[in-house]
Amino acid sequence: MTPLASETREAARLREMFTQAGAVPVECSILQPADTLLDLYGEDIRGRAYVTSDALRGEQMLRPDFTVPVVQMHMEHGAEPARYTYAGPVFRRQEDDATRASEYAQVGYEVFDGSNLAAADAEVFALIAEALDGAPLRAATGDIGILKAAVGALNTTGRRKAALMRHIWRPRRFRALIDRFAGRTPVPPARAALLAAADPFADCAPMIGLRTRREIAARINALHEDAAAPPIPENEVALIDTILSVRETLPYALERLRDIAVDMPVIAPAVEQLAARMAALRARGVDVDGLDFEASYGRTNMEYYDGFVFGFYAETRPDLPPVATGGRYDALTRVLGQGDAIPAVGGVIRPGLLLELGRQA
Amino acid sequence: MTIKLGVPSKGRLMEKTFDWFGTRGIVLSRSGSDREYAGAVEGIDGVELVLLSAGEIPRELAAGRIHLGVTGTDLVREKLGGWEQKVEELAGLGFGHADLVIAVPAAWVDVDTLDDLDAAAAAFRAAHGFRLRIATKYHRLVREFLRDHGVADYQLVDSQGATEGTVKNETAEAVADITSTGDTLRANHLKVLSDGLVLQSEATLFRARGAGVTDGEREVLAGLSRQLALD
Repeated sequence: MTPLASETREAARLREMFTQAGAVPVECSILQPADTLLDLYGEDIRGRAYVTSDALRGEQMLRPDFTVPVVQMHMEHGAEPARYTYAGPVFRRQEDDATRASEYAQVGYEVFDGSNLAAADAEVFALIAEALDGAPLRAATGDIGILKAAVGALNTTGRRKAALMRHIWRPRRFRALIDRFAGRTPVPPARAALLAAADPFADCAPMIGLRTRREIAARINALHEDAAAPPIPENEVALIDTILSVRETLPYALERLRDIAVDMPVIAPAVEQLAARMAALRARGVDVDGLDFEASYGRTNMEYYDGFVFGFYAETRPDLPPVATGGRYDALTRVLGQGDAIPAVGGVIRPGLLLELGRQA
Repeated sequence: MTIKLGVPSKGRLMEKTFDWFGTRGIVLSRSGSDREYAGAVEGIDGVELVLLSAGEIPRELAAGRIHLGVTGTDLVREKLGGWEQKVEELAGLGFGHADLVIAVPAAWVDVDTLDDLDAAAAAFRAAHGFRLRIATKYHRLVREFLRDHGVADYQLVDSQGATEGTVKNETAEAVADITSTGDTLRANHLKVLSDGLVLQSEATLFRARGAGVTDGEREVLAGLSRQLALD
């Protein structure tokens, strides 16, 4: 059997497993309208997905994953609660690493069920873990909801919190913003000069382009307000740093986060959500005492995942991408539903990688 | 048994490349009429001159159809994914200096850094309902640069020429373009962000790593690098 044929067969086997578990099998088009994906992910998606076009429909993308079309399908036709499974090829543009596959099978399991979030999280994780049973994999978990709760709890302006929330998934920019809002980095000279200017538009070049003078003035106002606002207190910055540094097995991580919640009570509900998830995982037979938890896990590559996040990695093959990943993506459904969020959690497996590991073992 | 040397087929880049080789005792010339893209090489045996558009030289190097090529580092990095595996930089030629920069309207008195650009992009998207447009022909380089610096809420729009005019024509809000002196940007009422330097480019002699060579060709290459004092 060719590698592609065995990958397809393995994908079908996994999808059948998820179907047996109660999911409805669904199909999605390979060609997806580009504007939805571009609107969600911005220019970065062009670096990751194949874009093609014709004169009639304009830009189309070869689906980089199933999540967006499955959410759209559910929002149009589905009723809650719902469980879906799918299998098929996805396409990823590779620009730097020729060893990474540009076409591979993905099998997924997605749950739209708001009745018990912790139970739904645990259900997805446990099913994926079961499907991967026997492969030499290490699981990593995280929870972006805790960081979001901490940012929301900061004693600072709404504008600063919105800026930090916007960059939750871009750690470098997030860090630069924190440092600036905490007064740790000096005000750049150009900014200082702008704020000191009696008339910032004196000797100004001619206005060109769509961004208006009024928009520029509005931002200058915002900068003045920001300059007048007190810095984020050092102890709160330290709490954010402490949260981001939590990296333990799940029960110890929970204990650390509960300690932090004493000083930052606003994150307590998010921490208790983690506790409920841990209990639900244990009830499903997952060895939570040996399960790794990293508070910053998933921040660089799982945009719109805003709660529970997880990945399964080949311990003997650090060169391989994760064999399975998933998490809660209520934020994605909120954007796609134009404000109407649906509680959603899911995960995907790459059967090709699973087979590759099986061949080695 | 010839080593193929790709050189830009017209303009200052061609003339300066000819000069650079000429001072090292290798005389390159365009043979025949001005319209014919054939070349001649004197001063060394076994080297064939291939005249190509500077923009096509990276592709020809990557495919191994030419052994050596002169083009800008900007074009190699934009057009070749994993460029270091495909070509080797043998020598910077000391001309064709140009910076790839991010520039915004000079009237944006509130925007001086990438941090400002990011904040302006977020507000622009909220006000106008679409992402702030940056016109460029260097999509990969600009996208990677902006991603590394955490700039969001922008989109790239393709511009293969007269990029500096796109803002005035309202087809883009900002540009990412090559500049050597900044004069064209200033004349179009644009300014470079203080941390908006994406890449410094220079005309460079590249060797194709994937081009097969016979023993004889290897000797020609060795002789050529001695003559060009590349070692």
